[in-house]
Amino acid sequence: MMEGTLPRETVLIPRAQVKEPGPPMDAHQGGRGAKLSVRGLTFFYGRNQALFDNTIDIPENRVTAIIGPSGCGKSTHIRAYNRIFELYRDQRAEGEILLDGQNVLSPETDVLDLRRRVGMIFQRPTPFPMTVFENVAYGLRLHYSMSRGEVAARVEKALRDAALWSEVEGKLDNPGNALSGGQQQRLCIARAIAIEPELLLMDEPSSAIDPVATAKIEDLIESLKRRYTIVIVTHNMQQAARVSDYTAFFYQGRIVEYGTTKQIFTNPVQKQTEDYITGRFG
Amino acid sequence: MQPRSIARRRAVNAVISAISGLAALFGIFMMGWILYEVIMRGARAINWAFFTQLPGPPVSSGGGLANAMLGTLMMTALGAAIGIPIGLFAGVYLAEFGRNGRWATAIRFVGNLLMGTPSIITGVFVYTVVVVTAGSFSGYAGAIALAIIMLPLMARTSEDILALVPNELRESALALGAPRWRATLQVIFRAARNGLLTGALLAIARVSGETAPLLFTSLNSRLWSFTLAGPTPSLTVTTYTYAMSGYATLENKAWAASLVIILAVLSLTVTARFVLQERKR
Repeated sequence: MMEGTLPRETVLIPRAQVKEPGPPMDAHQGGRGAKLSVRGLTFFYGRNQALFDNTIDIPENRVTAIIGPSGCGKSTHIRAYNRIFELYRDQRAEGEILLDGQNVLSPETDVLDLRRRVGMIFQRPTPFPMTVFENVAYGLRLHYSMSRGEVAARVEKALRDAALWSEVEGKLDNPGNALSGGQQQRLCIARAIAIEPELLLMDEPSSAIDPVATAKIEDLIESLKRRYTIVIVTHNMQQAARVSDYTAFFYQGRIVEYGTTKQIFTNPVQKQTEDYITGRFG
Repeated sequence: MQPRSIARRRAVNAVISAISGLAALFGIFMMGWILYEVIMRGARAINWAFFTQLPGPPVSSGGGLANAMLGTLMMTALGAAIGIPIGLFAGVYLAEFGRNGRWATAIRFVGNLLMGTPSIITGVFVYTVVVVTAGSFSGYAGAIALAIIMLPLMARTSEDILALVPNELRESALALGAPRWRATLQVIFRAARNGLLTGALLAIARVSGETAPLLFTSLNSRLWSFTLAGPTPSLTVTTYTYAMSGYATLENKAWAASLVIILAVLSLTVTARFVLQERKR
């Protein structure tokens, strides 16, 4: 399960040393291998424009990291992928987000089905006020009708896949928010993957969690990418270097540079990218 | 530049602390006095018959107010059954759907007006709309008046409580693909459950001591009324009429009725407190 994981002390670009994925623009050309293609995405909070002409391809079964200083639009960008921003009436997205070729932002797209296919993990763990078991079963029951036995089996599988089963096995009936912060976050991951999404969005998933729990979540990301396409927003550059195959650098609502994580961290083309990853600003 | 006198500052401080301390004491003292009077005078008239029998003839000291207690219970229960769900869903609309929209702002404003409306006006309104139309006083009319009083209270508390639920919880339920109504009923309500329950209890406590809205609606009765179809006795209206009667025996019963009302409201409030405490743990 943990194969391919490097010691955490290795600070810079260990992941990219392990493997050399092709450039993301492979996907750009024919769309082959791109799970999601964003074309000219702009975003507004009321009258304030937060994203400008974002274009990016998210390759399938890879981890793509989005980095950049606070307020650069990282979270805003991925919050358009599952249309969660629509909860707020003054927010609006324009452009195209193609999930397997189908425009997510089109009014014809059924948002509930979209969110079944695109899961999301938030910055703070958000267990529902119910038991550990019910937390994971919640999404299953939303989207599928299945027997009790099957629900139980799938809950167990999701908890195993989220590397939480051994810690909660005897406490499935305890309230979800009685778990520790790191466990709660893995519970949220279990809840999200139980419904087998195709794309998993993670919005700074470890920023509210201690380093040991963070390490577990990073290991988890490594094992999850075999089945899911993952996009992770992080303000932690070491984390981006450790877990991702591709990295996009955002600045002031624009995608400044996008490439393999190795290239971004060792040989950035843009001056702004270099300044950011070397800690000169942000 | 002369330093300000320390003695003077200390003196002013002492005076202000004394004034606020006395004001607080005065408030508690009045509350204590009311409780003391009601208990001392009410306890004398409370006995088994008081809880089980109909009122006797005015001059006799026997009989009880069992019918009024039943009437109050039935009207409060029906009022709560109407007012609390409507108020709750109005609060859901305001907190979850309307938010800062123009509609929600207007509804919130009207709700505040309704909350500030003297309850006797609600009574007169229900008299005009329900009692006159139906041609008779009834417990139903009384329950409707109580429901109207509960509605804005419940809407306000449930909006406030729902607003305390963190947005992340809402977002994560929706991000799983839950429709808005399921996210609200199954996740948000659960998170806010204790607060909502407390709000409902306090709304019930608030109306169970109301007299004015019942005067013109349920009127009163010296008999049992097991349905709400006709004039229905209530503890509060009975207290009001007995206290004005001039008969010492009836006045004692009014004190006893007051004691029962106060204890009921007190226990509802304490229960609400207890429920809130549970949540903090």
